[in-house]
Amino acid sequence: MPQTVPCDLSLIEPMLDSLADVPGSLIAILQETQEAYGYLPMDAMEHIAQRTGTPIATIVGVATFYAQFRLEPVGKYLIMLCQGTACHVNGSELISAAISDELGIEDGQTTEDGLFSLKHVACLGCCSLSPVMMINGQTYGSLTPDKAKKILRGLAAQEQEGGASA
Amino acid sequence: MRIVVGEGSCGLAAGAGAVHKRLEALLGEQDQTNVELGITGCNGMCFLEPIVDVYDDGGELHRLVKVHEKDADVIVKAATTGDLALLDDLTISAEDEKFLTQQTRVALRDCGVIDPENIDDYIAHGGYKAISKILREGLSQEEVINQIDIAGLRGRGGAGFSTAFKWRAARDAKPDETGKKYLICNADEGDPGAFMDRAVIEGDPHTLIEGMLIGAYCIGASEGIVYVRAEYPLAIVRLRKAIKDATSRGYLGDNILGSDFSCTLRIKAGAGAFVCGEETALIESLEGKRGMPRLKPPFPAQAGYWLRPSNINNVETYANVAWIINNGGEAFAAMGTKDSKGTKVFALTGKIVRGGLVEIPMGKTLREVIFDIGGGIRGGKEFKAVQLGGPSGGCVPASKLDTVIDYGELAATGAIMGSGGMVVMDETTCMVGMARFFLDFTAKESCGKCVHCRLGTKRMLEILDRIVAGKGEEGDIEKLEDLCYAIKDGALCGLGQTAPNPVLTTIRYFRDELEAHIDKHRCPAGECRELITYSIDADTCVGCTACARQCPVQAISGERRSPHKIDPTLCIKCGNCMTACRFGAVKVQ
Repeated sequence: MPQTVPCDLSLIEPMLDSLADVPGSLIAILQETQEAYGYLPMDAMEHIAQRTGTPIATIVGVATFYAQFRLEPVGKYLIMLCQGTACHVNGSELISAAISDELGIEDGQTTEDGLFSLKHVACLGCCSLSPVMMINGQTYGSLTPDKAKKILRGLAAQEQEGGASA
Repeated sequence: MRIVVGEGSCGLAAGAGAVHKRLEALLGEQDQTNVELGITGCNGMCFLEPIVDVYDDGGELHRLVKVHEKDADVIVKAATTGDLALLDDLTISAEDEKFLTQQTRVALRDCGVIDPENIDDYIAHGGYKAISKILREGLSQEEVINQIDIAGLRGRGGAGFSTAFKWRAARDAKPDETGKKYLICNADEGDPGAFMDRAVIEGDPHTLIEGMLIGAYCIGASEGIVYVRAEYPLAIVRLRKAIKDATSRGYLGDNILGSDFSCTLRIKAGAGAFVCGEETALIESLEGKRGMPRLKPPFPAQAGYWLRPSNINNVETYANVAWIINNGGEAFAAMGTKDSKGTKVFALTGKIVRGGLVEIPMGKTLREVIFDIGGGIRGGKEFKAVQLGGPSGGCVPASKLDTVIDYGELAATGAIMGSGGMVVMDETTCMVGMARFFLDFTAKESCGKCVHCRLGTKRMLEILDRIVAGKGEEGDIEKLEDLCYAIKDGALCGLGQTAPNPVLTTIRYFRDELEAHIDKHRCPAGECRELITYSIDADTCVGCTACARQCPVQAISGERRSPHKIDPTLCIKCGNCMTACRFGAVKVQ
């Protein structure tokens, strides 16, 4: 489930000890912070501003510039749907529609149960398997609308089983 | 006997990891140990993944393709008994072998051949010979740069600038009081449809390190940085290991191979911004800032990373360097055309029979690459266009298929060589939709620093949006042209200056298609949803109900074994019915 507050700043303290004074390391700091929390909480960014002596505006400026950074928590499964040229030519739009149809979310949104988030991303570089999506690091290629729906149903079912046995 | 599984990102996505695991488990059950199991990077035959190479005791290669986990049993049986005839069903066809045999590999020479995680394998294939030769024989910076000059190596990332020129400029630049210069590798392969740099790092990371070492030696840099896209996690893992291994063997660090040349190398993971492929934006990003381009001059050679002299090349460029030193600049220059020497790697994708990585000498034609190597268009459809150079390039039509692959010749078509993305399209791809697709990309990726790019691409996208929605107006094409030239002239960096190219080539070669959208509200390719209707041909329909079952909105009705009908008021034009129909009865207009 996505959570917003509170944010345990001690998680990033050791990383800041080693990086806070290294010039040019802001992006690396933000990457590590996102790794720790799953997104960039405002509290964490304010803390980074304090520790590095960088204006908060600069930090938010960098965080909003790059596609990798998220200011909101994401679902347990992050669906990254490739928007590369080869995927476009091979019908990624139909896959996007199928995912939206199945989960009721659009690009950038998270399902109410906090299980799935959908994000359209730049080329994942698996063009020969297009259309492609990546879910939590696992790549699924040669998708059809049906196949994409089946994959999502499989993950949802897996969650239910896990929930029942827990 | 040796079994080698191709484990690049696409191989793994196709299931190579499961195949490997199963092979490992089965071999673990065996008492004997005469079968070795190893990995290699991508050999570029993406259309046949997962691929398993079996080398018999005589060293002969038996290539198995589209291998499934369940095939592991027969592979292990064949390998342990020596009865390789068991593998006939999995063996690559003679036709598919042509994909590789028609290529000439320089940058990709060891990709799919060596184990990328084993430095000894690279060394056994002649690795680190070039840098050893330079340092042991004490070749001067100029002697090495001269070989690169003779080779005629031009940047493989897109702009095609002379590598030797850039290296000389960085060498001659005066450093500040720290004496520091930097050598940077652009591995932020952002062009949608290009993945050769990923393949090189995943499949042969040491050749990148060796090429960078030679570059660093030539310009006098003591620090190298590889800026890798965050979307390439496997490449980062393999490169990190390669850097560690090279350092422990004395190829990186202080006094390399006992010489007075010292150089370290580190990785910087990008955070996802296409504009960071532009060299000055990349430098800003390396410094931890928003990746916005700087005004040039000064060029990075004078004032780059931390305003110190820096040289930037992309992965493929560096991957050619060790080969050039080992074989001589003349050998490289013997391939290609007058102005474009050597080979170029293309990522051949889209509606193609055999898609993957293709490395060919410059001077071949587009037709040779697409039809001879790529096997032509899938599903017996007509070739319509090939998109070259991603968002900075353009669509080249069938009438230009005999264009020679050469920086100048390709630029003359309105497209560019670019980083080597080659996306093939058939008659069902709408060229207006394609132009809109790229403008959508550049408008989103525009960093916002200069007005022409920030607002210009947005206005162009709005016009294209209304055209594909059937709301185009008279004069729209002229408005687009005006904006194109204004953006080309006014934009600060390469992203903006080339952003209009996809639209300009569409106007130049597919004007009739644009006009059909605007004047007749028709999409000739049958792709733009707002402009098409699906119907079922009553004579062809057999009433199998397959389409009705696939329709998400129950717009299709009809009795079993009698012709079906689509209700246009309910139809959402998803195209599921057309895909589902095995008889070609669903038509689109």
